[in-house]
Amino acid sequence: MSGHSSFQTNNPVLKWIEYRLPIFGFINDSLVVYPTPKNLNYWWNMGSLAGMMLVLQIITGIVLAMHYTPHADMAFASTEHIMRDVNYGWLLRYMHANGGSMFFIVVYIHIFRGMYYGSYKEPRELLWWLGIIIFILMMATAFMGYVLPWGQMSFWGATVITNLFSAVPLVGEEIVAWLWGGFAVDQPTLNRFYSLHYLLPFVIFAVVFVHLWALHVHKSNNPLGIDIKGPQDTIPFHPYYTVKDLYGMGIFGIIFALLLFFAPNLLGEPDNYIPANPLVTPTHIVPEWYFLPFYAILRAIPDKLFGVIAMFASIFILFALPWLDTSKVRSARFRPVYKMLFWAFFLNCFVLGYLGAKPPEGIFIVIGRLSTALYFLFFLVLPFIGWFERPRKLPESIATAVLESSGDDGGGGGAPDAAAAKAEDRG
Amino acid sequence: MYKFAKVLAFTAVTALFASPLYHASPALAAGSAEPIMKVDWSHSGPFGTFDRASLQRGLQVYREVCSGCHGLRFIAFRNLLEIGLTEKEAKTIAAEYTVMGGPNDEGEMYERPGKLFDYMPSPFDNEKAARASNNGAFPPDLSLIAKARIGGENYLYSLLLGYEEEPPEGVTLAEGMAYNRYFPGHQIAMGPPIDDEAVEYADGTAPTKEQIARDVSAFLMWTAEPAMEARKRMGVKVVLFLIVLTLVLYGVKRKVWADLH
Ligand code: HEC
Ligand code: HEM
Repeated sequence: MSGHSSFQTNNPVLKWIEYRLPIFGFINDSLVVYPTPKNLNYWWNMGSLAGMMLVLQIITGIVLAMHYTPHADMAFASTEHIMRDVNYGWLLRYMHANGGSMFFIVVYIHIFRGMYYGSYKEPRELLWWLGIIIFILMMATAFMGYVLPWGQMSFWGATVITNLFSAVPLVGEEIVAWLWGGFAVDQPTLNRFYSLHYLLPFVIFAVVFVHLWALHVHKSNNPLGIDIKGPQDTIPFHPYYTVKDLYGMGIFGIIFALLLFFAPNLLGEPDNYIPANPLVTPTHIVPEWYFLPFYAILRAIPDKLFGVIAMFASIFILFALPWLDTSKVRSARFRPVYKMLFWAFFLNCFVLGYLGAKPPEGIFIVIGRLSTALYFLFFLVLPFIGWFERPRKLPESIATAVLESSGDDGGGGGAPDAAAAKAEDRG
Repeated sequence: MYKFAKVLAFTAVTALFASPLYHASPALAAGSAEPIMKVDWSHSGPFGTFDRASLQRGLQVYREVCSGCHGLRFIAFRNLLEIGLTEKEAKTIAAEYTVMGGPNDEGEMYERPGKLFDYMPSPFDNEKAARASNNGAFPPDLSLIAKARIGGENYLYSLLLGYEEEPPEGVTLAEGMAYNRYFPGHQIAMGPPIDDEAVEYADGTAPTKEQIARDVSAFLMWTAEPAMEARKRMGVKVVLFLIVLTLVLYGVKRKVWADLH
């Protein structure tokens, strides 16, 4: 994208291309010499892992699409055909299904990382926004993908979630009928979900590209949350972070493989191995695990419309985060109050996830409402924390901090808390 | 390595320990108070393989007992070669079934003996017919049943052995229902399908009801997940390969980063 590049070559072919399309310069600038803070810890591996998962989902998805039939009478059987008759079809399908889960795990960590280290703050607000857009697109993609095998949970999950739109005043029913393409989830619904499930990952791909474009303007944030002050604070992306990302992919690959080969149905619902049946409602309709916290918020509110509003608000409020957080200090390492609040928020998300899987009865209702209130409370108190909190003293620069803690694997790579504690010990 | 180990431990522990929370506890099938029985299957564990002899006995149980009410529509006769039947044996079994062929040159459909590429015919043409013959209850197709129930093959085993002749005091059974300790709600429209000596095994295995339940449950696990052995075999290789690769990458990472400190 830049005309002046650091890329030099004597190879005439490369030169010829580079003069017309400076693609090598672009790659060189963004993946080779690209200056990266020297102190990134392993939580910064999640971005490359997310990118890898996106590509993997697209590849496995395209091959699955060669064998899948988006018809209400055949979808279930064609999925079984993939599992039984297509060469390595079981591998493809389990990879794609569990790949979705791994993708969400990675992106959730990625988001929590951003929240802990204040990566959403000035000047990375748009970068943060693009991330949330990716997240929302991912949820839409995963939701529609889950409908495709046309099992009981596919069908009833789709019914419950699309039905949410009937809460819209006046035109609710019309919207739902429009989404379904009929008067119930049926063939037209399946067909359009298939079309969109194929489309959206490519939209995500495009947004990721813009996400990275924005990233490369002001570069990565880092565990200290302070700006890069000069070349002494950075190292070239290659070889330092290419090799670190590759190592991270290895570790991630092992975890993924354990899940994929030895417990491929651990995160799935048994009911989805029963073909969709519009006449039989399952006792418990539960969405995939990555939607559970939001599902819990939806059900915590007794009124349908306000439940839907709360659920969407719980996601969209992330857009406001850069302005709700009034502190100038980015990293939670230097923000004692925010740090506590962050971990409370983090735990609360797990409580919500747990509740999302439980039937809404008895004590679960009470805890559900409390947790939902806590979720939003985090965002409400955030502006005030910035005013009264007295942050710890920030280091001079990344370079000095790294020198002080040398031998600490580039500025502390462990769990953020432990690493922060260590930095504090040294004063 | 220590640093990353911590990050990983944290991630893996939260992810994996949180996951069971999201499911109803597998030991308690929905609505049943009694934890299901756990069997020591040869096919469980990362190196587990199916017990071929048991699967073949299970096939026999399915054919002689369950097939009167339940279909197995995703299993073709050719698949039976995978559990150790010879081609001749599989062909013989296939030929015992009648399937619809055609249309022939006159445009007529005709009945013919089953061939290897045919799928197991289901006992009823459709759900309505199945219900009509079963007091309004629907005997589900069993191809995927082991993956479609919490507890999997252990649940099947428990269900088959969980019948009580008399319901506990205070419970009145509806017409045509049987009492089962493990079935959600305890009232099941399937009478006890097996008992001691319900079949006669050719290989001399004593046909106790425990043995029969075990064989048919293992067989149904195979019908639900026929690629299980291939999957685990590949998994062991992939994980070992990734461990070696990751160790190498870790070494390279250390070496590359060494000059920074
Ligand atoms: C006489 C007909 C009949 C025979 C024979 C029979 N079943 Fe059933 N089976 C049924 C009916 C009817 C149901 C539905 C029960 C209900 O929903 O209450 C059923 C349900 C089941 C279920 C599902 C239970 C659940 O959790 O929903 C399983 C598993 C099952 N049968 C296994 C077997 C096996 C294995 C055999 C052979 C050993 C067998 N059945 C033989 C009629 C039969
Ligand atoms: C398909 C999904 C995504 C991909 C492929 C992706 C990719 C990346 C990559 C490669 C980086 C640089 C490496 C890193 O810092 O980890 C990055 C940074 C970033 N991402 Fe994402 N991302 C995705 C989703 C998200 C989401 C959902 C959010 C937040 C809602 C988000 C917020 C951020 C932020 C704030 C940064 C800069 C962080 C920093 O440098 O501290 N990303 N992303």
